[in-house]
Amino acid sequence: MSDIIRRDPRAEWIARNRLHPLHAAMQQQGTPSSWMGPNGVLRKNPHAVGFIGPNGIKRIDRSGAQQASGQRRAAAEAVQLPLHVVEQPSHIICVVPDMVGGRLSSHDKDLLGLARQLAGSGGAVLAVVFGEHKESAFDTAGVDRLLQIEGSEYAGYAPEQRLQALAAVERQFVPRHWLLPDSRSGGGELGRRLAASLRERPATRVWQVAGERCTGRAGAGREDINRPLPRLILASAECAEPVSETRHQALAVSLDNGVARCLPRIEDLGPVAVDPAAIPMAEAEFILSGGNGVQDWALFHKAAAALGATEGASRVAVDDGHMPRARQVGATGTWVTARVYLAVGISGAIQHLQGIGACDKVVAINLDPGCDMIKRADLSVIGDSSAILQALIELAEAYRNGGARDAA
Amino acid sequence: MPHNELNVVALVSVGAHPTSGRARRAEQDARAVELGLRLAGSKLQVVHAGDPHAEALRAYLGMGLDELAVLEQGAGADALPALGAYLSGAGAQLVLTGSQAETGEGSGMLPYLLAERLGWPLVVGLAEVERVEDGFAQVLQALPRGQRRRLRVRLPFLASVDNAAPVARQSAFGPARRGQLRAEDVVVVDDALLSEAQLQPARPRPKRLKVIKAKTGAERMKAATAKASGGTGQVLKDLPPQAGAEAILKLLVEEGVLR
Ligand SMILES: Cc1cc2nc3c(=O)[nH]c(=O)nc-3n(C[C@H](O)[C@H](O)[C@H](O)COP(=O)(O)OP(=O)(O)OC[C@H]3O[C@@H](n4cnc5c(N)ncnc54)[C@H](O)[C@@H]3O)c2cc1C
Repeated sequence: MSDIIRRDPRAEWIARNRLHPLHAAMQQQGTPSSWMGPNGVLRKNPHAVGFIGPNGIKRIDRSGAQQASGQRRAAAEAVQLPLHVVEQPSHIICVVPDMVGGRLSSHDKDLLGLARQLAGSGGAVLAVVFGEHKESAFDTAGVDRLLQIEGSEYAGYAPEQRLQALAAVERQFVPRHWLLPDSRSGGGELGRRLAASLRERPATRVWQVAGERCTGRAGAGREDINRPLPRLILASAECAEPVSETRHQALAVSLDNGVARCLPRIEDLGPVAVDPAAIPMAEAEFILSGGNGVQDWALFHKAAAALGATEGASRVAVDDGHMPRARQVGATGTWVTARVYLAVGISGAIQHLQGIGACDKVVAINLDPGCDMIKRADLSVIGDSSAILQALIELAEAYRNGGARDAA
Repeated sequence: MPHNELNVVALVSVGAHPTSGRARRAEQDARAVELGLRLAGSKLQVVHAGDPHAEALRAYLGMGLDELAVLEQGAGADALPALGAYLSGAGAQLVLTGSQAETGEGSGMLPYLLAERLGWPLVVGLAEVERVEDGFAQVLQALPRGQRRRLRVRLPFLASVDNAAPVARQSAFGPARRGQLRAEDVVVVDDALLSEAQLQPARPRPKRLKVIKAKTGAERMKAATAKASGGTGQVLKDLPPQAGAEAILKLLVEEGVLR
């Protein structure tokens, strides 16, 4: 369309006159409140600023969120972060995230932030992911190249096989730095195994990288060790700010040569069923928590057993004597870190919500659709706790039996 | 059930109390000794590389050991060559270590480097040895969040223990005095790290600030007053309980918590 602005005095008049029958239609179309004039000077129409509120009074919202139609479209557009493109990386920074539950953890994101810092503008961050994943935000986390290594030999606990794959990555990409999370969920172990096989002395528990030196905790945490930045870095959580202002390519790359299958000396016989009640609540992965809305506590315990969940409770449930004090979740109880927190009949008082701040997914079962727990929850089911727990027990048992049959 | 025929070696270090810094038996190493005592009884060999006159070593003797071998070396020496040489001649089937020293660098690399050097498999986070037969051991490995995994590993192997291993027994004063610290001469290799790195008292880590990247005043106001992540969840209303339970079960299965 031509850039020449053509005025339509009649349309302008209708747009100004809110009593005109065509006024609403004209508002829809809208007139721009500012435009580039023919001489390259920005022109503004002060009359076009703002909108007519529900009571017929002109409103001006200077936040820019709710302006006249011309700008409303711009505001509605999703914020698209600028894309950082690395065509020919001058060097590679290799990151092996933990991917707990198939997603980047916050620790992984901090690590990618650090990797981005080390890569600078010319380098590329290569993330190595084993097996399937559920992550969709590699691009905004700062991954320039993504290497996904799949195969049944990497399933379960296979540190030696993974080491083989990382050795292949080392040969092909020759990364300037290797970055792994110094965590108990795999990164700490894999990183140290890699260090031993590459004969690199790693910096461990690193929490700060400044220029060519890095600082990490030493001993039992009473001392810091400050040393030149080595090739292999095992960093703790919050070692750097995660990437937040750029988008990256996350281009898929692959290994040129296959990875040799090593003969495992350690055989994984699978996870062992642990008594969920014996797991400390602060560490438990899956908590079923009951509050004042639970009527049938026998059923609640049965549901916890059927789901294999660790039990928790709100303060009211504890005060009423339905649960022991040690099971209380919240400000005056335990701060839990479960990945899934299933709250049954808990209203979500702030003292309770504080205790579940670190939980990933919260599921609520409650009668009241307006309570605060529903606002915090990722999935809420409105209904009577007893009926839903009963249905859940039946489904879980059916799932277990069905799963066993499929496996057989 | 003790496996009395099993030849177990535990490697120990001198620890430091987390607040006072006073020398003590290292927490995880004591757990390794405890596990070793349960497996091999009094036949357990315990080895330390360092100063044979360190008083803190007697705390290990007090757990019921007759003697403790000390590979004599100075404070700045690398423990790896001495331990590697000792272990290749000790005929051990299982070597237990802690997962991280309480003094010095504490990188936790020792078990990995020893395993690499000896060519043995390494089990990280050993919680329990269930049984040993036909040259294989069936063990439980501790995972985060209180989970356990069963592994089968060929003997001989190395295992590091962390805080999931059984709690160490009390150290008794009498046996601690009576026990022998047997010093052995070894070739001393200096550790190169301390020439280029400095140890300094730990600085408190900066608290991460909640950075609000808002461009306008209204956004800042919203960020400051917003309630904790409200209104993004899915709400299922007026459904039969079965349908609600199905949705919950689906989420549990997706998250992989239903085992
Ligand atoms: C200093 C202080 C510290 C505190 N510390 C803690 C703490 O650490 N932890 C803690 O939990 N609390 C704490 N509290 C108490 C807290 O303020 C709340 O009183 C408490 O959390 C409420 O517990 P509740 O949600 O179980 O009960 P209620 O608020 O009574 O909520 C019951 C919920 O169950 C629902 N319901 C009822 N019947 C059914 C049904 N049949 N099916 C399904 N849903 C049903 C209701 O809709 C309601 O939402 C503290 C309070 C103070 C003053």
